[in-house]
Amino acid sequence: MTEHANHQNGVEPATFAFAPDYLRQAEQFIAKYPPGRQASAVMPLLDLAQRQHGWLPRAAIDTVASMLEMPPIRVQEVATFYSMYVHHPVGEHHVQVCTNLPCWLRGSDEVVRACHDVLGVDPGSTTADGKFTVAEVECAGACVNAPVVQIGDDYYEDLDYETTKKILEALKRGEKPQPGSQTGRQCSCPAGGPTTLKKVAPATGGA
Amino acid sequence: MLSDKDRIFTNLYGFLDRGLAGAQARGDWSNTRELLAKGRDWIIEEMKGSGLRGRGGAGFPTGLKWSFMPKQEAPGRPHYLVINADEGEPGTCKDRDIIRNDPHKLVEGALLASFAMGSHCCYLYIRGEFYREAQALQAAIDEAYAAGLIGRNACGSGWDFDFYIHRGAGAYICGEETALINSIEGRKGQPRLKPPFPAGVGLWGCPTTVNNVESIAVTPEILRRGGAWFAALGRPKNSGIKVFCISGHVNNPCNVEEEMGIPLRELIERHAGGVRGGWDNLLAVIPGGSSVPVLPKEICDHVLMDFDSLRDVRSGLGTAAVIVMDKSTDIVRAIARLSRFYTHESCGQCTPCREGTGWMWRMMERMVTGDADLAEIDVLEEVSRQIEGHTICALGDAAAWPVQGLIRHFRPELERRIKQRQSVRVAAQAA
Amino acid sequence: MPKLTIDGIEIEVEPGTTVLQAAEQLGIEIPRFCYHERLSIAGNCRMCLVEVAPGPPKPVASCAMPTADGMIVKTDSPMVRKARKGVMEFILINHPLDCPTCDQGGECDLQDQAMLYGCDRGRFHEEKRGVQDKDFGPLIKNFMTRCILCTRCVRFATEVCGVPDVGAIGRGEHTEITTYLDRALASELSGNLVDLCPVGALTNKPYAFSARSWELRRTESIDVLDAMGCNIRIDTRGSQVMRVLPRVNEDVNEEWISDKSRHACDGLLRQRLDTPYVRRDGQLRPASWAEAFAAIAGRVKGLPGGRIAAIAGDQADCESMVALKDLMTALGSDNLECRQDGARVDPSVRASYLFNSTLAGIEAADALLIIGANPRWEAPVLNARIRKRYLTGKLKTGVVGPRIHLTYRYDHLGEGPAALKEVAAGRHPFFEVMKHAQRPMLILGMGALTRADGGVVLGEACKLAYAAGLIKPDWNGFNVLHTAAARVGGLDLGFVPGRGRGLADLLADAGTGAIEVVYLLGADEMDMTRLGKAFVIYQGHHGDAGAQRADVVLPGAAYTEKDATYVNTEGRVQNTRMATFPPGEAREDWKIVRALSEVLGHRLPFDTLAQVRSRLVQVNPVFAGGEVTHAAWGAFGESGTLDPAPFLSPIQNFYMTDPISRASATMAECTRVFIMAREAQGTGTHG
Repeated sequence: MTEHANHQNGVEPATFAFAPDYLRQAEQFIAKYPPGRQASAVMPLLDLAQRQHGWLPRAAIDTVASMLEMPPIRVQEVATFYSMYVHHPVGEHHVQVCTNLPCWLRGSDEVVRACHDVLGVDPGSTTADGKFTVAEVECAGACVNAPVVQIGDDYYEDLDYETTKKILEALKRGEKPQPGSQTGRQCSCPAGGPTTLKKVAPATGGA
Repeated sequence: MLSDKDRIFTNLYGFLDRGLAGAQARGDWSNTRELLAKGRDWIIEEMKGSGLRGRGGAGFPTGLKWSFMPKQEAPGRPHYLVINADEGEPGTCKDRDIIRNDPHKLVEGALLASFAMGSHCCYLYIRGEFYREAQALQAAIDEAYAAGLIGRNACGSGWDFDFYIHRGAGAYICGEETALINSIEGRKGQPRLKPPFPAGVGLWGCPTTVNNVESIAVTPEILRRGGAWFAALGRPKNSGIKVFCISGHVNNPCNVEEEMGIPLRELIERHAGGVRGGWDNLLAVIPGGSSVPVLPKEICDHVLMDFDSLRDVRSGLGTAAVIVMDKSTDIVRAIARLSRFYTHESCGQCTPCREGTGWMWRMMERMVTGDADLAEIDVLEEVSRQIEGHTICALGDAAAWPVQGLIRHFRPELERRIKQRQSVRVAAQAA
Repeated sequence: MPKLTIDGIEIEVEPGTTVLQAAEQLGIEIPRFCYHERLSIAGNCRMCLVEVAPGPPKPVASCAMPTADGMIVKTDSPMVRKARKGVMEFILINHPLDCPTCDQGGECDLQDQAMLYGCDRGRFHEEKRGVQDKDFGPLIKNFMTRCILCTRCVRFATEVCGVPDVGAIGRGEHTEITTYLDRALASELSGNLVDLCPVGALTNKPYAFSARSWELRRTESIDVLDAMGCNIRIDTRGSQVMRVLPRVNEDVNEEWISDKSRHACDGLLRQRLDTPYVRRDGQLRPASWAEAFAAIAGRVKGLPGGRIAAIAGDQADCESMVALKDLMTALGSDNLECRQDGARVDPSVRASYLFNSTLAGIEAADALLIIGANPRWEAPVLNARIRKRYLTGKLKTGVVGPRIHLTYRYDHLGEGPAALKEVAAGRHPFFEVMKHAQRPMLILGMGALTRADGGVVLGEACKLAYAAGLIKPDWNGFNVLHTAAARVGGLDLGFVPGRGRGLADLLADAGTGAIEVVYLLGADEMDMTRLGKAFVIYQGHHGDAGAQRADVVLPGAAYTEKDATYVNTEGRVQNTRMATFPPGEAREDWKIVRALSEVLGHRLPFDTLAQVRSRLVQVNPVFAGGEVTHAAWGAFGESGTLDPAPFLSPIQNFYMTDPISRASATMAECTRVFIMAREAQGTGTHG
């Protein structure tokens, strides 16, 4: 499971406070819900806390609980229920490889192998330099572009061993590879061009 | 094949301008105000007449669902439309394309549907991983607000309408409508007991309808062209058009909008470039997302892609996510992978699902290697039956069906592995 | 009213009744683990599945299914049995088979149901799941691998305790029950979690591994550690009280008891007075009954009655009080006092010292003003009843007194008498809240009445009751919350000084030497230095403050060791029952007084319990028992000036309020964990 990655540097801060621009965003989230329903903002606030801190420390749970007037245990329940909240430090690049059926059918094993070869770690671990955490995740919801990897907020699609390697190496060099299909096709359009609405669509379907 | 003039999602792949101007050029928002002016009852009747069945997987008639909402708003109990964009059923990735490439259809549909149900406020619950998609949709929402299409006096109709995005954080179960409601309320995404149903007691205890993205996004076009147009496509009780997702061992995996009832083989061959290695290299297809039972090739040869046809072969249309597996596939491992998925995604609330999914998965892992007893195939089947129909929500059923489908169609393969393993063991002991 | 058929029997039920409840009305028991009639419905265990037509061809959870007209329910069809067997198998696959070493064994719902629905062999060949144990505090032992995740504990802590610190974290098969940050559950009702847990995941920690349920003798009794009169069951083995459990009484405690009522019982074994003592050369020395009585007789005989006083403590029973009162009368003394805390309650108007709305009546109230009371510590189960009403959204509460966490929201009107005066005079907005309520009530606590100006506070409260319409033909919203189990009984039988005197007068006389002999009937919570040079007789069960000050100690019986009468704060007459014998030479209290009366030459005219009890009825017909009756209303209280000092609850540590709880190691541990540690952190709920 992804939960039990490397606990190095897993120092729980004694307190947590939102930075000013995060606090402003938090207030905007709270305002999306009717008065008295501020608990609804617990997920966005936990997400904000995680974006600010890199992972979700205990102190952030207390901070969010008091901002939303929720019992802290209710916030902890939420924070441990959803798999996107991480409770220990993760690498700057959180490489989340989908290995569910559609991705597996199209070679997610090769993607995992590429991660291993480039980064030297298997799913569930963080590289020694703390830069990359590799995780195996459930269906990413981009099945016709399988296999896919989510790194940070971006999807890299239509991968194979070589393209995965290229992306990871680029990240290692500090570059930002272009997200999306790595075979050059447009979104979920069939490779070789659309089979429908050919008149309106440019014939630049794919590789 | 569906003709281009009947297609709704004319920018499914995002070749064209995704913004408001592009959307308007394709006909979106063209006469929304007039549609609203025809009134709630007219909209609901047109939707009923269209025969649209919910595109989230269960296939409940959309117009009928809308009609369950109270006609009058009770004091302090506003109505809510909630749009389910927690797309996470393995094989399914259609809503993602609608959201990022044709978002205005969704925003316009949300306004029309909300109006029809007396709702001034819609929350769209999008899975947390779809961060870019949420950004794309927010851009469309912002454009619509700026153009006066939504917000106060939306489209000049006199109807106030707000549209908010709520991002999930990684839980397949939130695709279940009551779990989704709990999640918006700031709780764990665990399904609620029904009754009460959301139309009576939903979001924050108020009347609520939860619809899939696709169901809402096709609404404006249905209302523009009339329910009869939609109903004329496809087959009776299985009318209209549908976005299919074709993944796995095909030459060109893709999403495509097609007519309901299209033969599975035609769908794969016309749009996805056919099965890898040719049709005869087909082993099996999961026709409607991971939850529905797998079909072996001999059924795939002729089956039509709609609710009733697939039900008749003891599978289902589900989300119309077609997962194709060719003869190279380790079918047992494939299903075992799905069992692992359901174990991971079980919310843990009710006993049969929490305990049963993990048990099934662990047995399935042993079935992959044959490390089991022949009698355990029946145990596996029985365990799946002990989950099915005994849980709070449908995740239990969804976990059970793939296993049942495997046993139904591939029992000899399970037996072969067990026997092979046993013979290896006997040989090893003899040596 | 829906009419439905269950197992072929037709029944008509109230709308809103669930299928499970309807079946229960017919005496058909449906197995369940998560469902509990006093908690919200979770529907998660799936054990209560039944077959319902019309409906889809699958079983439904009867605990959550509303009944409907024309429904046909089968609770024991092949489909139902198969479904339940399946659920049972799922529950058991990851449940350890450690019944022989599990304290729940013998009284375990899971064990019982497994006898009906379990399989004699397992089909589960995978590795079993283990769950790490948590810290629930000094009272609850946990073994989380046994947990079946019914979430009763989560719901109880959240709903009844109002201390939402228990949750189910994680997801799927990794779900675990825990307290927040693995910290002890800081609720005075936490012990009830153990009763609610249907398996052996949460068990009674102080009682751990000490007995099996089938070895225990059960005695139905009454708790006396506060003034609520919670109904309890005392489980004993041999001469030892092993544990105390709640008994259901809807009118009093429903099915809860406080942690003190449950867990102070180890104090019954410590610091007991098991032989008489007589002070010689400044030292208390063991003595025989005859020697002790002789020492008393030597001091009392010939003394004018006015020089003798008797003070009854908080756990004194009515039998011994009436006996002592009769003896004192025979000796010519009217220096009796059952208010060792000096509470200025008026014994002449019964309604002035009762909880007139009744405990169950709280559930009808729509406005509540709490004055000088901390119900959370003075009567935790009563406080839970207020919270229960609060959760319906129909109760508006105000507090005059310290700002404390009561587990429900309230308007804080002020700290002391000034705020009360404002409300009583109709000048505070909360007056309007009460005035417009259908069932308004006030609760006046000892924090308001034990002050020197308590009589004036009482007068203000009386004024408020009139002005805000608390007294209606079918409703009396005036309530006194006592902290002493003996208090109402003492007032009912007139264990109060004559000539309008009070505790202060008696103590003043003792200080000057005008009173030479003071008889303490279990009185320990008073300032012993104010007894001056008086000769002190202490009759009681623990070597506490009173015994230390005494010249003669007469060993009496604790509440678990006697058949005795107590009247609770609402005026309900109830009896404790002897569960064990008093230790050593100790005796039932009324018998001691009876024996002493003979030595003093004033033989009391009763030899049996029945005779004492008829004497009680003779003194006051309320002792005939039966239902709680409305007490007649009348004007009461004093007028005068009010001390502006804030009201303070007399209880500074919930866990130690009386000789038994002060002797309890468990209560000492609770004090350490919940009072001292939290005070040190400055995060206490009562600061």
